[in-house]
Amino acid sequence: MTARSLVVGPFNRVEGDLEIRLEVEDGRVAAAFANAPLFRGFETMMLGKAPMDALTITPRICGICSISQSAAAAAALGAAAGQPQAAQGALATAIMHGVENLCDHLTHFNLFFCADFARPAYGGRDWHDRAVARFTAMEGSAVRACVEARAQILHIVGLLGGKWPHTLAIQPGGVTRAPTMRDRIRMTSTLSSFRRYLEDTLFGAPVEAFAELESAAALTTWETGDAGLFMQIAADLDLGRMGYGPGRYLSFGAYPLAQGRAFAAGLWENAMTRPVDTAEIREDLSHAWMHGDTTHPADGQTFPDEDMQDPAYSWCKAPRLAGQTIETGAFARQVVDGHPAAIDLATSGTTVLARVAGRLLEVARTQLLLESWVAALKPEERFMAEVSLPADGAGEGLVEAARGALGHWIRIEGGKIAGYQIVAPTTWNFSPRDATGTPGPVEAALVGAPVLPGEDTPLSVQHIVRSFDPCMVCTVH
Amino acid sequence: MNILWLQSAGCGGCTMSLLCAEGPGVFDLLRDAGLRFLWHPALSEHSGGEVRDILHAVEQGNVPLDILCVEGSILTGPRGTGKFQMLSGTGRSMLDWVQSLAPLATHVVAVGTCATYGGITSAGGNPAGAIGLQYDGHQPGGALPATFRARSGLPVINVAGCPTHPDWVTETLLLIAAGEIDAASLDALGRPLFYAENLVHHACPKNEFYEYKASAEKPGQMGCMMEHLGCVGTQAAGDCNIRGWNGGSSCTRAGYACINCTAPEFEEPHHPFTQTPKFAGIPVGLPSDMPKAWFMALASLSKAATPQRLAKNAVADRIEVTPTIRESKK
Repeated sequence: MTARSLVVGPFNRVEGDLEIRLEVEDGRVAAAFANAPLFRGFETMMLGKAPMDALTITPRICGICSISQSAAAAAALGAAAGQPQAAQGALATAIMHGVENLCDHLTHFNLFFCADFARPAYGGRDWHDRAVARFTAMEGSAVRACVEARAQILHIVGLLGGKWPHTLAIQPGGVTRAPTMRDRIRMTSTLSSFRRYLEDTLFGAPVEAFAELESAAALTTWETGDAGLFMQIAADLDLGRMGYGPGRYLSFGAYPLAQGRAFAAGLWENAMTRPVDTAEIREDLSHAWMHGDTTHPADGQTFPDEDMQDPAYSWCKAPRLAGQTIETGAFARQVVDGHPAAIDLATSGTTVLARVAGRLLEVARTQLLLESWVAALKPEERFMAEVSLPADGAGEGLVEAARGALGHWIRIEGGKIAGYQIVAPTTWNFSPRDATGTPGPVEAALVGAPVLPGEDTPLSVQHIVRSFDPCMVCTVH
Repeated sequence: MNILWLQSAGCGGCTMSLLCAEGPGVFDLLRDAGLRFLWHPALSEHSGGEVRDILHAVEQGNVPLDILCVEGSILTGPRGTGKFQMLSGTGRSMLDWVQSLAPLATHVVAVGTCATYGGITSAGGNPAGAIGLQYDGHQPGGALPATFRARSGLPVINVAGCPTHPDWVTETLLLIAAGEIDAASLDALGRPLFYAENLVHHACPKNEFYEYKASAEKPGQMGCMMEHLGCVGTQAAGDCNIRGWNGGSSCTRAGYACINCTAPEFEEPHHPFTQTPKFAGIPVGLPSDMPKAWFMALASLSKAATPQRLAKNAVADRIEVTPTIRESKK
């Protein structure tokens, strides 16, 4: 047996700081340890501040999930007040949030994930020349087209929210700007232009044709556009049998609207979906550089262990649902929502392929949702309801960021923030081991990954890690 | 010229904002100016061992470094060690890396208010000991001493903003590439004057409301947000309303307060962000360069003269009264 230990970092093309330590035996990963090596302390910064300050501070946790953080903070404050957003305000929030999630998926696919296929290590594969032309970092034609299309669709967030990232437009009562008829028609045009980009480059077909795929086979044999190029690469590299997740999928449900959430909430396991009970969440601190006990986030605190003592190895807490690890993200969201192709894929386990395919499905579905939402905007209605916050109270705000389930838990005492805890999607996916020694989802997914002789930053490990689209700045915050 | 970009303790939002550059997009814009990334953590192919090789080559002087961009504040905690941010795979703190690389660079650019002055990461008692590259809030001297000069002879160029506007960053880099940045191009806080010589108030669509002190009272209303809703656009450096964000918008255009995010210590206004502090019912804080007595006199006069149209629209969520159309002179 040959054994060696590798430390992989700086791990780029993930949002934020990530270090992965690998134990390698006989050319395969035997154990992996995910470290989030940056601690800023947002949860403690909030204590003693006015509750509404959460709307300014929490988006700045993350520059890529900024609207998700805004929406979660607004939802937590709204829950504390016991009042929902004005119906049209919720719709405007969903439009901004949908645009952010769509952009994040495309950034991940074109800039973060597919760049690895252009590497010289894959030279000679029959798809490599196309991958180089399309996906070479900062130069590929798909990369540059994506950046241009993304900048343009973010005009919608400009119109409704002033700027991206870090808008303050999303409030517990709705949004600060009532769009006009002119705004609506501009957004319609922007979406038409974006549809053309998706159909010309990403799917090579009508958006509906991709959104309505009904089986894993139809999805994984898709041939046109960059989605088709990815499927060809994935088949050749066997990405459908790499990086297995825990098979338990969590979604808090995306886009809370007056008529319900556009993508359903739930926990999917063994072909069954059950409601999520957030009372079953615990954050385990046994392997985090944190003092304190395992608690529910509503009772949680954040006291960093400045001595960074063993056996902890990350600033990330380890959330568990009913004691178990779960996977969250676009694929999980599509499985929980009952998309037939996603469920079909899930029955053989979540892999690198499934995670990327789930994101592509969601891109198509989100475009369709955005078109329907903009059409449903009623400029003559109210976009902001009056909300009065209690001097003492608590609230839970649950949303779906691009990367999965995001929760904010606020406690207000004497008109000030007395407790604020955040559990982000990558906190779930990249959590360290818990008190039972159970590895977090990415740690488990890496076991068995091939490590070639001479590799110090194994490509298989890079594919698996990036398939989760980790956001490390949200993870520890 | 080459650019080495490091992400220290921030949210990554200034890079995300940078990707919103338009006409042309950021990659074409920089390439056309002869700028290329030696490495960027979110955008480059190189990862892991390849990056360590690049960093060591620069540190050992084998690769000259033209521009060092740092995005995010520098963490000094816990207890001055910088261990709240270790640059992964290297066993060294980001504090250590930045202090080692900055003197080797011809230009050092701090991207965003975290990197310039500490920013939001230093809010609320500053749990991680966040400071800026060459400032700790208003105080000169951060991770680099106040006397630090890059090889060009310039101090750190402070492209402040939370986030930064994509053009503020690209235009700073383009001006550097063209050799057109010197000490006179920067304001007293190290910010490029091309955007910092303006106030956010300039071209704010609420200017007419401001002129007549017709104020919004609640979020979502159209009036000026200075009197009640915490807006400090009359004091904040930035050409936000002239240049426009994401297709031409801005914070105040979207109906919420300017919080002066280009300034040191914006993160701790000592009052709720969206509430104007008042003393005896009178708002504290004056527009830049406005003598207090004159402001009070003008405000009371203009408030008395507020047209009905503005008074009504100020507290509405949309224009309810349109400007009167004059009859033609016969």
